[in-house]
Amino acid sequence: MMEDLSSYPLELVGPDIPMVRFMKVRKSYGDLIVLDNLNLDVAPSEMVSIIGPSGSGKTTVLRMLMTLETINGGVIYVDGKPLTHMPKNGVLVRADAKYLRKARSSIGMCFQHFNLFPHMTALQNCMEGPVLVLGLSRREARERAEELLLMVGMIDKKDQHPSRLSGGQQQRVAIARALAMRPKVMLFDEVTSALDPEVIGEVTNVIKDLVFKHRLTMLMVTHQMGFARDISDRVCFFYGGKIEEQDSPAELFSNPKSKRTQQFLSAVKAAD
Amino acid sequence: MTYTSFLADYGSRFVDGALVTAIQFLCSLGLAVLVANLFGLMMLSSNPVVRRAAVGYVEFFRGTSLLVQLFWLFYVLPLFGITLDNFLTGFLAVGLNLGAYGAELVRGAIQSVPRGQWEASYALSMSPAQQMRKIIIPQAFVIMLPAWGNLVVELLKSTALVALIAVPDLMFEARQLNSSTYLSTWTFGTALIIYYVFSRFLITPCMRWTERIMARRIGRA
Repeated sequence: MMEDLSSYPLELVGPDIPMVRFMKVRKSYGDLIVLDNLNLDVAPSEMVSIIGPSGSGKTTVLRMLMTLETINGGVIYVDGKPLTHMPKNGVLVRADAKYLRKARSSIGMCFQHFNLFPHMTALQNCMEGPVLVLGLSRREARERAEELLLMVGMIDKKDQHPSRLSGGQQQRVAIARALAMRPKVMLFDEVTSALDPEVIGEVTNVIKDLVFKHRLTMLMVTHQMGFARDISDRVCFFYGGKIEEQDSPAELFSNPKSKRTQQFLSAVKAAD
Repeated sequence: MTYTSFLADYGSRFVDGALVTAIQFLCSLGLAVLVANLFGLMMLSSNPVVRRAAVGYVEFFRGTSLLVQLFWLFYVLPLFGITLDNFLTGFLAVGLNLGAYGAELVRGAIQSVPRGQWEASYALSMSPAQQMRKIIIPQAFVIMLPAWGNLVVELLKSTALVALIAVPDLMFEARQLNSSTYLSTWTFGTALIIYYVFSRFLITPCMRWTERIMARRIGRA
């Protein structure tokens, strides 16, 4: 059944509009409901970590925001404008490919398995998007890419192909590649899960830098509770496709209110 | 008659035939690559009509004999008022047939590019055409190269069939010489050697070289 979208605003207005708003968002695969009636706001420059057990829908949240997954209900807004829908004749309708392409350019994403382009060097990986999509000249794109590779500590490896880089190095290049598009929102999907323990620090340090120096709006799905506690403004615990509990990291980790959060955190603690 | 004097007498016929075979091979290869890419991409189209047309083409050309296709183009098309030159008919049949096999290689290779590559390029807001051109096809090319090596050798051998519609290629010359000299061992033996030299010392090194270049380009070598 088609959802009535007339109750959703064409754009968000007011002094405190969030950078990201999930409004009654629903996602299902057939009969399986992955996310049910999700409402979540992320303020500008806020760092929100999403934690939860497998299958709780946390990665789906990021994938929906990147528009890699279509949503079955509700609307997602970014910077006040609808992302998944577009205004047409005074109402919201499902966004077409052209609108989506433009809308998602304000979002950057880093993946668990890096997904660098293997046929390009680190530098080319960071230049391709800005040249093709943003229309930068190759010189401008190169300057921007080199600046970012310097920031993530990868400038000396800029001419290497991904196959010559360690997992941690690849992930740092992937972060630089996403930042090269100058996104308003950055998404990190379990970016340290595929890394050897000894290189996790080099990636988390880069993300810490982004949080504390650059104040980007970020959403991060992670299994690293210590990291989430250190850098987040807010932590959301997902369970069964819903936000079971959300709070400041200090409060959520030391004084979880929900029984499920308590169980999850103690299970994670026991595993460590 | 010694083999040396046989070569002295008829060597030029083999050279002429080998040249025609080489040109047939190059024309067929060009057509096969074109057809393979076109139909390989069409098989991945989201439009069901386009997809089915491509699948129909591939199934038909793979499912019927190349020799029958060759004869059909040569003997049946004129009945519909379309008469093609022998040479053209030869490379059309070989190119269209081998292109159908190539289309499957293109489709398979594109589908073998990890999903993460599509997602990463999508996340950079690339258009579908940019994703294909800059990210997917360069990687698919590397994936399909070894299989294309086999197909190209197969294509060379298939060109021998065009002798049956009187294209004066290597096989045609060998058959002519055989019927006039009855020196079957030497005529067909020489033809075998020339085909082998083409495939072992020209095609295979070319394909290996391309594979090495491409491996270097993606930083694997």
